[in-house]
Amino acid sequence: MSTPVTTSTLPQAPTFEQVREDLIRPLHKNTFANKLWIRFLIVIIILGAIAYGHQLIKGLGVTDMRDYSAWGVYIANFVFWVAVSLIGSLISSILKLLHQNWSNPLSRIAEMIALGAITMAAASIVIDMGRPDRLQNVVLHGRLQSPILWDFFVVNTYLVISIILLYLPLIPDIAILRDRMTDSPPWQRKLYKALSLGWHGTQEQWRLLRRSMIVMIILILPVAFSIHTVTSWLFAVNSRTGWHSTIFGPYFIAGAFVAGSAAVIIAMYVFRKRHKLQQYITDRHFNMMNKLLVLTMLLYLYFNINEYLVPGYTWQRLDGEHLRELFLGHQAPLFWLTQILGLVAPIVLLLFRRMRKPLPSLIISIFVLLGAWMKRMLIVIPTQFHPEFPIQNVPKHFLEYIPTYTEYVISAATLAGAMLIITLLVRVFPVVPIWEEAHDRGINKIFKAEKTSNIHENEA
Amino acid sequence: MKDQQHNPTNDSRRNFLKQSALLGAGVVAGAGVLASCSNQPAGSGEKIKLLTATGELVEVDPSQIKRVRKEKLTELQERGREGLTGHHWTWVIDLAKCKNARKCMDACVGAHELKPYQSHINVLQMQDSKSGAPYYMPTPCFHCDNPPCTKVCPVNATFKRSDGIVLIDNLRCIGCRFCIAACPYSARRFQWFEPDYTEEQKNRVYDVELNVPQKKGTITKCLMSADRLRIGKLPYCVSACPNGVYWFGDKLEDTVTNGTTHETVKFSELIRDNAGYTYFEDLGTKPQVYYLPPKNRTSPYVPVDKFQEKYEEKRG
Repeated sequence: MSTPVTTSTLPQAPTFEQVREDLIRPLHKNTFANKLWIRFLIVIIILGAIAYGHQLIKGLGVTDMRDYSAWGVYIANFVFWVAVSLIGSLISSILKLLHQNWSNPLSRIAEMIALGAITMAAASIVIDMGRPDRLQNVVLHGRLQSPILWDFFVVNTYLVISIILLYLPLIPDIAILRDRMTDSPPWQRKLYKALSLGWHGTQEQWRLLRRSMIVMIILILPVAFSIHTVTSWLFAVNSRTGWHSTIFGPYFIAGAFVAGSAAVIIAMYVFRKRHKLQQYITDRHFNMMNKLLVLTMLLYLYFNINEYLVPGYTWQRLDGEHLRELFLGHQAPLFWLTQILGLVAPIVLLLFRRMRKPLPSLIISIFVLLGAWMKRMLIVIPTQFHPEFPIQNVPKHFLEYIPTYTEYVISAATLAGAMLIITLLVRVFPVVPIWEEAHDRGINKIFKAEKTSNIHENEA
Repeated sequence: MKDQQHNPTNDSRRNFLKQSALLGAGVVAGAGVLASCSNQPAGSGEKIKLLTATGELVEVDPSQIKRVRKEKLTELQERGREGLTGHHWTWVIDLAKCKNARKCMDACVGAHELKPYQSHINVLQMQDSKSGAPYYMPTPCFHCDNPPCTKVCPVNATFKRSDGIVLIDNLRCIGCRFCIAACPYSARRFQWFEPDYTEEQKNRVYDVELNVPQKKGTITKCLMSADRLRIGKLPYCVSACPNGVYWFGDKLEDTVTNGTTHETVKFSELIRDNAGYTYFEDLGTKPQVYYLPPKNRTSPYVPVDKFQEKYEEKRG
């Protein structure tokens, strides 16, 4: 199972130096596999950029979106990325405010995922625009009545807060890196020096850090809830069957926590393995994260039942048409696969302790995350084919929506983009917060003393 | 613990924390600040005489004068955003008369330089029940008095004019397609590709009231032929109809004129005597296009896809 790291053979109570070195070690060498992975991601992003250039020149017609399916995979991607980004606030804010200290080592993973995801959410919305060259009109001629404007401001605000919430707890760690990573290339040393903001771990600095973190942890909550509620309103404010629903806000937020928790479990598995962090991201963390995932999935299932059963009971004209399509029609295979493999089966499986071990939970989380993306497609697309008037006098292919290669390549590029952001962050910053880990292990005293003595050494 | 003495790095850190909190708040407040920007000269104690829009002469302090921010628009854009004063256009479509000639669609496609499947007016073959005879129903934009499409537009590219027409400004549209999602009547089309124009055609001055030249990546929709109304003519589709389907007129004058026979009747009487109605009143959109029921249906049943070939997309 967990292979002990060679330099820190002590199974119990490692010292601060051991914790520090364990968490810093992966930053020392850029492995061949890592280089290859980064190049692979860049190749996908370049392919996506070429596909996007093609779309810019030819027009959005290179996608399969048409007048009766005017929103497609890009909007589904947007909703998906916004959903994933919400995990930052769940782990770093909600769990912290509830004093769930077990999640502390995961907070940075969650924040990095949040940053990657919210960046790609912003990119997805620009990719979907017919005239991205006129983006400035949103500021110049913005109308506050439009939910797009609310989304525009709340996405940007969340992006800024996510960066701050990632950065604040990083500062003491960057100071450690500044002092310890003296063998790294000059750009990296400069980066640490600049970003550590002259952190010396004085009492005043700690006081400021704690206070500002509390401010940000509380501030991010309303913004996080707003961002996904407003995203759901992009659909709910239209009087269309399948969209015009009063529970869309909480429904989307519950779904977001499901997608984000699954993403964190996947990332936990990858970094634990790659960075040999078995002592820091333990089976207990997997156990707890999977319990959290089950909790959010049960909540999401509850909203799903509400969302489908209530209109399904009355079976009104267009609701009936829409639901027949989902339950029994063309969308039925995808719908049931998504609901069963992405929601019901994971809930049942994760009730068993064995399934909450790292490897089984990785596989389950991959299904949950795929299901989360498919679910966004199923929310965005089928509704549009049930307008009030019949669809006539349009080309035959207007009657269905099958994403083109261009759309898939661009979508893959946003996925690669999010992963590249996370990969690069993990390349230069420790994935588990060093000082928080030390604090939770009750060895922060050593840390402080060591820090202050360091300053004197440097000044001398 | 003795390095509590004044430390410059400590200060910069405090500033940073302050700034980062401010930055978060600043982004939230950004919208409000942008909206409230205006030029205000300082007060001097003198009063300035001004004539209000209602014809009253008033005195105000110079500091109270706010310059009206004028958007940079071309003359055609500016003119197109103002409605024709003293009118509220309305439309009555007599379903009993429509014989599926589709001349309205051709006229629309010609005038607005569209592909056949993009026609702003769409003649639908309707069959309300299995036993009932089919009928043909032309559907333009309903120019709702409470339009869902203009509400959701983030940039005021689609707007409701004082004369009731819902227009679009294709130099403003960002192509988000929220209005397509919002419209319950499927009245909106999108330019998914670059329209087939020569360089010369493409560079014409854009006319909001005709929405020509069409632009890639923007919305196009029925404009009630606002350019024709400006010169006192009936819309393109209304004039093109050979069967007397369309009555077009002005609610404020309570008159509508038939596009084929040029007969003019009272709008309210036409609606009352023929049981006129609008579509989906329960949505609260207050559509301004009225229908007369398809009585005495004589049109033969034609398979819906009989004209399909004409509307196929020719992909290059």
